[in-house]
Amino acid sequence: MEFGFTTAAYVVAAVLFILSLGGLSGQESAKRAVWYGIVGMALAVAATLVGPGSGFWLLSLLLIAGGGAIGYQLATRVQMTQMPELVAAMHSLVGLAAVFVGLIAHIQLGRVAGMEEAERKALEGFAALLAKKDGVEVAILRVELFLGIFIGAVTFTGSVIAYGKLAGKVDSAAKKLPGGHMLNAGAAGLSAICLIWYFNTGGFFPLFLMTLAALFIGYHLIMGIGGADMPVVVSMLNSYSGWAAAAIGFSLGNDLLIVVGALVGSSGAILSYIMCKAMNRSFISVILGGFGGPAGEQMAVEGEQVAIDADGVAAALNDADSVIIIPGYGMAVAQAQSAVADLTRKLRDKGKNVRFAIHPVAGRLPGHMNVLLAEAKVPYDIVMEMDEINEDFPETDVAIVIGSNDIVNPAAQDDPNSPIAGMPVLECWKAKQVFVSKRGQGTGYSGIENPLFFKENTRMFYGDAKASLDKLLPMID
Amino acid sequence: MSWGRKSNHVGENIVKIGSPKEVFPGEARVALTPESALQLQKLGHECMVQAGAGAAAGFSDAAYEAAGVEVVKTAKALWTAADVVVKVRPPSEGEAKLLREGQTLISFFYPAANEKLMGAAAKKGASVIAMDMVPRISRAQKMDALSSMANIAGYRAVIEAGNNFGRFFTGQVTAAGKVPPAKVLVVGAGVAGLAAIGTATSLGAITYAFDVRPEVAEQVESMGAEFVFLDFEEEQADGAATGGYAAVSSPEFREAQLAKFRELAPEVDIVITTALIPNREAPELWTEDMVAAMKPGSVIVDLAAEKGGNCKQTVMDEKIVTDNGVTIIGYTDFPSRMATQSSTLYGNNIRHMLADLTPEKDGVIDHNMEDDVIRGATIAHASEVTFPPPPPKVAAIAAQAKKPAPKEMTAEEKKAAEAAAFKAQTKNQVTLLGIGAALILLVGLVAPASFMQHFIVFVLSVFVGFQVIWGVAHSLHTPLMAVTNAISSIIILGALMQIGSSSFIVVVLAALSVFMAGINIFGGFLVTRRMLAMFQKS
Repeated sequence: MEFGFTTAAYVVAAVLFILSLGGLSGQESAKRAVWYGIVGMALAVAATLVGPGSGFWLLSLLLIAGGGAIGYQLATRVQMTQMPELVAAMHSLVGLAAVFVGLIAHIQLGRVAGMEEAERKALEGFAALLAKKDGVEVAILRVELFLGIFIGAVTFTGSVIAYGKLAGKVDSAAKKLPGGHMLNAGAAGLSAICLIWYFNTGGFFPLFLMTLAALFIGYHLIMGIGGADMPVVVSMLNSYSGWAAAAIGFSLGNDLLIVVGALVGSSGAILSYIMCKAMNRSFISVILGGFGGPAGEQMAVEGEQVAIDADGVAAALNDADSVIIIPGYGMAVAQAQSAVADLTRKLRDKGKNVRFAIHPVAGRLPGHMNVLLAEAKVPYDIVMEMDEINEDFPETDVAIVIGSNDIVNPAAQDDPNSPIAGMPVLECWKAKQVFVSKRGQGTGYSGIENPLFFKENTRMFYGDAKASLDKLLPMID
Repeated sequence: MSWGRKSNHVGENIVKIGSPKEVFPGEARVALTPESALQLQKLGHECMVQAGAGAAAGFSDAAYEAAGVEVVKTAKALWTAADVVVKVRPPSEGEAKLLREGQTLISFFYPAANEKLMGAAAKKGASVIAMDMVPRISRAQKMDALSSMANIAGYRAVIEAGNNFGRFFTGQVTAAGKVPPAKVLVVGAGVAGLAAIGTATSLGAITYAFDVRPEVAEQVESMGAEFVFLDFEEEQADGAATGGYAAVSSPEFREAQLAKFRELAPEVDIVITTALIPNREAPELWTEDMVAAMKPGSVIVDLAAEKGGNCKQTVMDEKIVTDNGVTIIGYTDFPSRMATQSSTLYGNNIRHMLADLTPEKDGVIDHNMEDDVIRGATIAHASEVTFPPPPPKVAAIAAQAKKPAPKEMTAEEKKAAEAAAFKAQTKNQVTLLGIGAALILLVGLVAPASFMQHFIVFVLSVFVGFQVIWGVAHSLHTPLMAVTNAISSIIILGALMQIGSSSFIVVVLAALSVFMAGINIFGGFLVTRRMLAMFQKS
């Protein structure tokens, strides 16, 4: 193309984006990496405005500024506990944008096709590119934009539902319309038919029909996935938004879009894979929603849950030399992270070895707990991954479970019939003493009984996590 | 058969426990205190004490009488009347002659050093329980008199050192000037060493400690001292094999140790050596040149003086001052110097021993040779010498249980496993590459060149993405999502390219897309920055 400068800028931007993702390998380099991303984005937008983005400069800049203002407000106001919602909401925007851009491409294609030879010559930008395409290329273009719209639409409704679930606006339990997976399959089949239809005719109606079907799939798919699987859902939607961008990139013939879309897509896919592995479940079974039915009778849990008050916990903590804290979504819900951090500080000031054990799927977003603890100024070098710390539990005096459940469930190892059998868990029950801060005697999101609560060295510290910790704090001396 | 059972059959004799006055010159302790006598009576025993036995330890005859203890005039009368004689020091030859058949003697005995005495006692038909032979197992801790005495010795060693040291232990900044804290080095972190460490640190001294058993470093540090580590790698003998005591170390180790001490000598003000190896002469750890290197006014307390001393200049039972003004204390009677405290503790040790000998609490002694503790401590029984005892069945408490070593694969097995893993990985990769290449070729067959150009970019990007994302730290997954979210707004380019179109609907859609992507770009990057700024190192 004639925009040599634009292409050069795109190459630089692509490199910057790759560096920006690669920099996230360490906390310190990450701070630099974000700037790479920001510069890359600025460069890409500027180069596009200068080059192929002909016309309406002012409008474009105004719109970006307007969106930026809203984005700024969102980013500065959001609570760290609300990160999952924010991320989901932003995914929906990317999805919707992908649908719109796909539609634009379709409209342009239609316009160009209807033009005379002379008119075509006069075209600029994207339209000119379209005009040069021959039959096969146009057909491929149709497939590309069709896919872009499809993925974008699924991402859009899926993210909206995920947002609703995470924000508590939609019931987080797994729900399906009557017909279950058949509805999804039906909608997917309809989309496939539409693809062939559109491939052959290039008409608007099949595209429209497919968009509706895709929107439905996004809605129904995510509705069917329970709250505990949300980390997978969010990273999966992250991946989809990337693939949508890549598909649009193909249809627009824009390499930067393809590069970035592929990067984001593979990043989300890897995250989903890590999350699934952490739960010992296949991606398919998470996507299809709900836990697989238990293969047999689950082991009966013996013993009783013994409650303990703040005095008892404080006494044990005062005596302990090493403490491991296992936070979960309950900590985020109760906004207890700063109380936890205060407790940590107090214990560390007394020379105790306090560490955090983070399960990969703790919380509602990959890495959610790390962000919350970081917000509360817990130093990141005492926040450990599961593999780093699991072996240390037998030498630990006190393990404190704050608002987590399935990730500390010994049934995953002991009971082959448990729905979470084989899932890697934090072996906190091997500590000399375990305290579980929990609202009440419920079974939590997944509805699985947790034998940990019945173990002899476990004491239940009932109550709202924040209130409990606030009560506990003055007793640590 | 024990005479205890016999007396049970006879049924009339209540066991009398008697404590004579110690005959060893300067010994102030007594084996029976009014307090322990009360407890012994609860076991069904009767107690008696020689007149004046407790006087040096601060227990008057009246106090004994008030506790229901019979006070007898002479030692001879006591030895004749008592069924069980409890003492502190090993019996003198004269005392040994007083032993009779069926009598039990409980005292320190040091059987390895006193074989003749032991033989004589056995010949007489008396049972002898040596308090210094109580095995070091958890159950026997309550009667471990060596430990209780060592504890006192450790404490007293610091006090004696302080008595002969011209400065404060603690550092002070006073109106009259600044006082540096004393530096104390404790060699040997056994019971005495740990007690010395505790006393020295609580007096405010900077305390260093050394022991040949690196596993005690934790205990040392828990007492507030700094453990002196050697730059020396050696497989240390398992403490459990030697009953929790230190074993003899190799010459190389000794050299490393002495070198370290030489380095410390000019710095430290007080050295307390407690290194003893069972049934051996004390090892020389504080050599003459180290003494010479010390500052004038420094103090050495050699708790191993009785066994020749860890410092060869030590004179047993005496305090000397070297030419360069270093005081060396070689007292061996530290517990006796605190007779009230040590008698109380020793009396309790004896009482616990008797409680174990009286399992039914009916005043009947059952000398059960099957019991690990009683068997271990008994050196003469039923006219026979029963020393040395068989090794204890239960491992010593002082020994740290070694972690079972993880099952190590041999080098070949490891190599084989690695090779297999590598092979499997290669196979996997080659298969994936093959399939991938085939797929791309297939696409290439049908798709036009313009598509393939973009497709190659796509495939490479996915590849780069996979390579890069695996390196992302787990803790940064949320920032990763936020930042990928922000950069996926690159879709704004698509909209920007269209916004200048002449079709109204295209402009509207493009404008909306630009607007939404704008939200995303700013929101995503800002929130990422906010999150990353929070990650702090401690």
